[in-house]
Amino acid sequence: MSIKVLYFASLREEIGRATDLIEVDDAIQISQLWTKATGRNHVPNELLVAVNQEYSDVESKVKDGDEVAFFPPVTGG
Amino acid sequence: MDSLRSINVTESPFDPWEYQQSYQTKSMSGKTNYGAMASFIGTMRDFNEGDSVSSMVLEHYPAMTTKQLNQIVDEACDKWPIQNTLIVHRVGEILPAEPIVLVAVWSAHRAASFDACRFLMEALKHRAPFWKKENLVEGSARWVEKNTAG
Repeated sequence: MSIKVLYFASLREEIGRATDLIEVDDAIQISQLWTKATGRNHVPNELLVAVNQEYSDVESKVKDGDEVAFFPPVTGG
Repeated sequence: MDSLRSINVTESPFDPWEYQQSYQTKSMSGKTNYGAMASFIGTMRDFNEGDSVSSMVLEHYPAMTTKQLNQIVDEACDKWPIQNTLIVHRVGEILPAEPIVLVAVWSAHRAASFDACRFLMEALKHRAPFWKKENLVEGSARWVEKNTAG
């Protein structure tokens, strides 16, 4: 079972890659996925999270096949 | 009433005045029931936070951008009697004075167009997954960390 993780903008540069494929045995909380994918324990205060292209939060759980994106505050327009 | 919409995220520079005119001609052909159109055009400045900016690169999350912009338009259509909505947003490399975003709304009366246009623009700025990286005249590059207040 795997979860696709995406990073954007300054976070992608900081982490040094745009995607990860994370193997999981079961549903996992997004904060745990963050640590598993990035090796960082601390979740940045301003971090935004999307699951399958919808805004979510780090307390939510994700499962096999989900696409999880981590990114900084958006600055379009 | 069915509401028309067009959402376009593009790497190509565009002329917002020509774009909205040709879009109106094409999409509203034969319709005579609209009485108002309000639009907003956002353009790249050559300064930000006290520094001169030579260009910027706009990154986005394509699948989510389309989804979010459609949701924002759905919300506007629920709140106001809108007949037609157009959103065009640039990505890629952008130069000063080039348009970044165009939002245009058509309705029977002015209040819906004015209010929905402002709502769409603010919602886009807060929710659509775009990120700007500025190249400064002095040579360095930096990510824009947050939107200006308005």
